[in-house]
Amino acid sequence: MLDLTYDAPKPKVIAGAKSDWELVIGLEVHAQVATAAKLFSGASTRFGAEPNSNVAFVDAGMPGMLPVINEGCVAQAVRTGLGLRAEINLFSAFDRKNYFYPDLPQGYQISQLYHPIVGEGEVIVEMGEGIARRVRIERIHLEQDAGKSIHDMDPHMSFVDLNRTGVALMEIVSRPDIRGPEEAAAYVGKLRQIMRYLGTCDGNMQNGNLRADVNVSVCRPGDYEKYQETQDFSHLGTRCEIKNMNSMRFIQAAIDYEARRQIAIREDGGTIDQETRLYDPDRNETRSMRSKEEAHDYRYFPCPDLLPLEIDQGWVDDIAAGLPELPDQKKARFITDFGLSDYDASVLTAEAENAAYFEEVADGADGKLAANWVINELFGRLKKDDDKGISESPVSPAQLRGIISLITGGDISGKIAKDLFEIVYTEGGDPAEIVTARGMKQVTDTGAIEAAVDQIIADNPAQVEKAKVNPKLAGWFVGQVMKATGGKANPKAVNEIVAKKLGG
Amino acid sequence: MSIDEETAAKVAKLARIAVDEEALPALAKELSHILGFMEQLNEVDIEGVEPMTSVTPMRLKRRKDMVTDGDQQEKILKNAPDAREGFFAVPKVVE
Repeated sequence: MLDLTYDAPKPKVIAGAKSDWELVIGLEVHAQVATAAKLFSGASTRFGAEPNSNVAFVDAGMPGMLPVINEGCVAQAVRTGLGLRAEINLFSAFDRKNYFYPDLPQGYQISQLYHPIVGEGEVIVEMGEGIARRVRIERIHLEQDAGKSIHDMDPHMSFVDLNRTGVALMEIVSRPDIRGPEEAAAYVGKLRQIMRYLGTCDGNMQNGNLRADVNVSVCRPGDYEKYQETQDFSHLGTRCEIKNMNSMRFIQAAIDYEARRQIAIREDGGTIDQETRLYDPDRNETRSMRSKEEAHDYRYFPCPDLLPLEIDQGWVDDIAAGLPELPDQKKARFITDFGLSDYDASVLTAEAENAAYFEEVADGADGKLAANWVINELFGRLKKDDDKGISESPVSPAQLRGIISLITGGDISGKIAKDLFEIVYTEGGDPAEIVTARGMKQVTDTGAIEAAVDQIIADNPAQVEKAKVNPKLAGWFVGQVMKATGGKANPKAVNEIVAKKLGG
Repeated sequence: MSIDEETAAKVAKLARIAVDEEALPALAKELSHILGFMEQLNEVDIEGVEPMTSVTPMRLKRRKDMVTDGDQQEKILKNAPDAREGFFAVPKVVE
């Protein structure tokens, strides 16, 4: 296994008025399972459809309708579990979580409280070169999403759309192993990356594809280590849960606010009430959701409509055999095989399709040079071009590899290569043919370069005199020669010839 | 375990069932009676007996991940007391 080794990051310390405090954070991430149909019905999961058009009678809670589980959702949950190196439970079961809300027509959410499909796993969250937090996963269970209420279309009414009702979610529950706001955001980012590699969740946070409930508590330095040793939660402070956040930035801001709120209460001699809170990004504060407290008695019981979910080890093994290379492995391989820096390898492996593109470019080309061209030139150009994604790149991996091999073959200089890249980007075509057709080939013919150098020297006697006193002025001559040859002269050859002529 | 009137009122509220004050004593008694029967069942020794999840040996039925349903907005909204612009319209609920 090509795992990299890491040191744990330092926990974030917040200085209160009286003493230092540390944060302890655990997350429940709700990831929408990437499937065509819902968890228990054949209605579509497509985002942005007409309201209430992706709804089967079972989703609408019509009497007599029975749920039938979508095997695709089960496979995706298993795939996610395997990607997080987690234990897969061959036996799991569904329970009803009972509460009333207009966007929950059944009056209960089908979830997996007692027997989740995935057990303990882990995620390595990088926080810089050679520094990473190992976050333990407690469980992943499958559950139904609720519908969507819209409150701003009418002053007196709320509008309910059931398109999302019954869409499968994976709730990924972490242990309280996260020690700061940045780590929390990086953890969500890493889960998103892994699930996008696996194809189990699109991770589109704006569309609500990926949402997080964040549990935050504060403790004095040293207390957390006692908890880790004993796994006894009494060493930690009382936690509050901040619900339903769908942006990395808000997650960080909410944790920071919430930690400071708790510290202020504790330092004033108060106690923290365990409660559910909501983050308000407009005011940058968290507020108690009192209405949720009363409803907290969910009266879970096994769902009588569904038999336990039993899966075969062979089926799980088949899914395991089909897993793609995951981000950690890919990054480690890029560093070892292509000699990339940690940073470049991270950038290139952030998205699977970027990594695939790079590998095609680097196939038979210089790895580091390929990384530079993909990251600096191509990504930079795509960003300027309406923030296009790699799949929309007008330059194919083969074309970019062509440009790179023209550089390494000494056919064109780095400077000309950039011009060539722009031509290929805007006009297309075969790089080698363009170079020939437009006379962009680097002049390595020393006779031609010598002639150009002689001409510059003959035209600038005053400069030649100065250069004899100050050898640094040779650079000026090199520049003039490059200009005279339209940038096509081999810079190395020009340097040598200029030095020789001036020196002689 | 017996259910007092307060618990009965709470259970009714959680289930969104309106129960008249006068009906509570009888309801509490009835619920206690049910729980009493459960307790009687608890006396049975079930050491080593697997929980029975189905009367007949059956495997959970599965469906393929295919879109086979939906596109019936009109039917879905047909029983709604109020529907507007394709949405169910309900009295304002906001946190």
